[in-house]
Amino acid sequence: MKRVFVKEEWCLGCHLCEYNCAYANSGLSSMVKALQGKPIFPRIHVNGNDSVTFAVSCRHCTDPLCVKSCISGALHRENGVVCIDKNKCVGCLTCMLVCPYGALVQDETGTVTKCELCTKNSCGTPACVAGCPNNAIVFEERCEE
Amino acid sequence: MNNMYISPDYEVIRNMSRCITCRVCERQCANEVHSFDPDGNVMISDESKCVNCKRCVSLCPTHALKIVKNEDTLRENANWQDATIKEIYKQANSGGVLLSSMGNPKPLPVYWDKILINASQVTNPPIDPLREPMETRVFLGKKPDHIERDENGKIKTDLAPQLELSVPIMFSAMSYGSISYNAHKSLATAAKELGIYYNTGEGGLHEDFYVYGENTIVQVASGRFGVHEDYLNAGAAIEIKMGQGAKPGIGGHLPGAKIVGDVSKTRMIPEGSDAISPAPHHDIYSIEDLRQLVFSLKEASQYKKPVIVKVAAVHNIAAIASGIARSGADIIAIDGFRGGTGAAPTRIRDNVGIPIELALASVDQRLREEGIRNNVSLVVGGSIRSAADVVKAIALGADACYIATAAVLALGCHLCRTCQTGKCNWGIATQRPELVKRLNPEIGSQRLVNLITAWKHEIKELMGGMGINSIEALRGNRLMLRGVGLTGKELEILGISHAGE
Amino acid sequence: MSRYVIVGNGTAAIGCVEGIRFVDPLGKITVLSKENHPAYCRPLISYFLEDKTDPKKMLYRAETFYEDNGCEVLYNVSATALDPETKTLTLDSGDTLSYDKICVATGSSPFVPPMENLENVKNRFSFLTLDDAKALKKAVKPSSRVLIIGAGLIGLKCAEGLRAITKNITVCDLADHVLSSILDAKDAAFVQKHLEANDLKFTLHNSVAKFKGNTAIMQNGDEIPFDILVTAVGVRANWGLVKDAGGACGRAITVNEKMETSLEDVYAAGDCTESTDISDSLIKVMALMPNAYMQGYTAGINMAGGEKVFDNAIPMNSIGFFGLHMMTAGSRKGQMKTDIQKDSIKRFYKEDGKLIGFVLIGDVQNAGVYTNILRNQIPIKSLSEFNIKKSPSMATYDEEFRRKTLESVVK
Repeated sequence: MKRVFVKEEWCLGCHLCEYNCAYANSGLSSMVKALQGKPIFPRIHVNGNDSVTFAVSCRHCTDPLCVKSCISGALHRENGVVCIDKNKCVGCLTCMLVCPYGALVQDETGTVTKCELCTKNSCGTPACVAGCPNNAIVFEERCEE
Repeated sequence: MNNMYISPDYEVIRNMSRCITCRVCERQCANEVHSFDPDGNVMISDESKCVNCKRCVSLCPTHALKIVKNEDTLRENANWQDATIKEIYKQANSGGVLLSSMGNPKPLPVYWDKILINASQVTNPPIDPLREPMETRVFLGKKPDHIERDENGKIKTDLAPQLELSVPIMFSAMSYGSISYNAHKSLATAAKELGIYYNTGEGGLHEDFYVYGENTIVQVASGRFGVHEDYLNAGAAIEIKMGQGAKPGIGGHLPGAKIVGDVSKTRMIPEGSDAISPAPHHDIYSIEDLRQLVFSLKEASQYKKPVIVKVAAVHNIAAIASGIARSGADIIAIDGFRGGTGAAPTRIRDNVGIPIELALASVDQRLREEGIRNNVSLVVGGSIRSAADVVKAIALGADACYIATAAVLALGCHLCRTCQTGKCNWGIATQRPELVKRLNPEIGSQRLVNLITAWKHEIKELMGGMGINSIEALRGNRLMLRGVGLTGKELEILGISHAGE
Repeated sequence: MSRYVIVGNGTAAIGCVEGIRFVDPLGKITVLSKENHPAYCRPLISYFLEDKTDPKKMLYRAETFYEDNGCEVLYNVSATALDPETKTLTLDSGDTLSYDKICVATGSSPFVPPMENLENVKNRFSFLTLDDAKALKKAVKPSSRVLIIGAGLIGLKCAEGLRAITKNITVCDLADHVLSSILDAKDAAFVQKHLEANDLKFTLHNSVAKFKGNTAIMQNGDEIPFDILVTAVGVRANWGLVKDAGGACGRAITVNEKMETSLEDVYAAGDCTESTDISDSLIKVMALMPNAYMQGYTAGINMAGGEKVFDNAIPMNSIGFFGLHMMTAGSRKGQMKTDIQKDSIKRFYKEDGKLIGFVLIGDVQNAGVYTNILRNQIPIKSLSEFNIKKSPSMATYDEEFRRKTLESVVK
């Protein structure tokens, strides 16, 4: 299964991935319409410190703690992709308490949102990858170590 | 009027109906043009800092930005143009020499654009490069004048050392220091993949890049920065830099701000010290002296590597080249006055040297006349902009071309001509780690490979059109060229007829 | 073909089914469900009160889960006795079931301390099951006065849910502050202020002395009239089956890290068990949904012949009331570092250079980073930054771990 991987030496900290993500999942036809004048709730976040930046999104763990910990059954796996049923999520944030990577966030509805590898929007392949100007985010098949 | 306000050259135009205040422009501008105003929740800009490098324009996800020429002008004056007056103000403010980068931007004649290429019709039909083999490989180095045989009548094949190029293009000298580690890595890996060469420039060779030695030309310049025995033996050829097209008559300048970390180590000079190469090589005041250095370098590299002597195209270039051809050098590289640089005094960049097209034609002519053309290969640079320029240069007599500006353009350069500040937003002409990382060598080398591959296709198309299937057969074949809009004198120097003749 | 019996049909039971099926696709699984529902998400019953969910959405797994996993479910059935010698289980119907491996996942029951006249109170509810919630929801009207006994996690979640129906809610607790199981008094006061701003009324350090009709006479003499009474004082592990069969128990069923009880081929998982809290090495009942799943899953794998241990349990909680979230994990001992802001509190507890617990109120972003550091006992020294003022993130870890995580497939 292809996943998103991040190479921190090439991350510029430009945050474009966040905007491309928010736009891709807005369902709207223009980025301006989707994002102008609103807070955004992307599923990928640029983290870092003074010397390094990197984008973090769901690792789609093979044995995901968040799925096991979800108290509402909203988090589940679909062909290896960890997905969330927003309809079931009550926003208890237990998943945020257990995810070691900080990959889940609460959105404007109070429920949790997360990367689903753009399988649920019209992008086809992850928008963060397509929009990264420095190939710091890639979408590849890699073996489990 | 102590420090006169000079209105900025550019204006930042932000289309507010598109701006989503993502602040990418702000994060990407090392010149700190853009900032976010939390009170108005809008992006604002300080255009006085803008160098028009287009980084923000390129990365703005909603294409909300454009940088335009500032319309604030002085009263129109064909003689005293805006730029000229502003330069006076700047010097009156600072008392300093004006510095600039990259090539001469003045509207001086570009002879390439006044030379047209022939194509076959009816007789000697054109060749289709998609269907028939087409040879673009060239060998650079001393060639024998005649066939020699041994006592058994067998042909002697021990040639002087040669450089083999899959296509007659090389990346010309840009030092590690003037450009970044990642830019060098992009050039090195691309050269290897393409079967051509890149040139270290005068900054030495970073230890990580010794592995690309087979595709590296190491340079020895007047400052001798980074030169040692291993270095001389690391590359496939050694280049003595006598001059540079962008600044003939002076040595290289690398501001201390760029001499950091590995750059200082590789150059073998202290961090932060300005690297000012002397104008002359202090051991070279004659062709005989040059010959000594050529042979010192050959000696140091066991006569296994060709030695290149690089000079700027200046007034007496033909005579200079004739001397070099007799110095023992294997290759002469001539750099025209439009060649780029990482830093040069503006006056020198814009006023010293001559066009490469004229220099090349006169050198090739002179060497032929003197019967020493085979002593050396000729490599020309100084604003080779396209495959057509390459083909024209070969037909004028060059063996191969050096490109550097075109290469950095492929790496993302937008020719803002402020390399000397060390704040290159594209990660090329900078040593600031956060900027250097903007050039991912994986992307960089791929773009260079793409560029040269594209040019190679075009060269083959042009060759095919002329009915030529080997680039060697095009060299010096000036019948394939015609001038347009040139004076008799210019045509005479170029050795070509006028279109229609 | 092995015959598996799972007593209980909650989170641990589902984990157990998934664990068994991970190893053994064929064995026969029988699930005994005391409640007449497929497994649902217990903690969601308060959200059901405020219509944020409904019984269908509350299902823990897809409707076809049991069918897909080849399970037989017996609804409305309790087990009354376990005989590890003959490997049989006696049901309340009098029938017996034989098993090869059994998992006891019987959960817990509400514990109600003796209060005078309690048995005569009409409209008295506990708040643990969906049926409790359904009955409560039916009984409460917008004009109802509700008295909740217990200001712990269950009592307050119930209060939050009921607040969507009525404004008249009083919560009492013997402890002197709310959420005494997870917060100290200072932090509890911060939370209580927020709860009071949302119209909950409290009477703390106080308990019901006796009931007089629909009025609670408190220890301090106050009288609180009510229409609805909810008792949410605490729960007790349902350990009878194992204890009566001679299995080791402490305050709940004793299990090892493979979820084996002291009885052969008898496993136990979920709220009916106690296990070691690695943050302080004490044996505790950690009645938490994630733990229940993990224990059930571990038990299932081992029952089916696989190898799995669950040896890094820590108590942890993520809970929110009226938009104020708080997360706690591990213990509140050792050296404490605190960062208090206008609308957030962060507390970290360290011992021997390791994080052993934390409390986050208000700002809970990326708290999983802390949980991971705690659960995996990563020495704080080895972290590239552990700045309590900064939000945790992947930057908190050392470079090697971070790169490995971001550049390879992780478990």
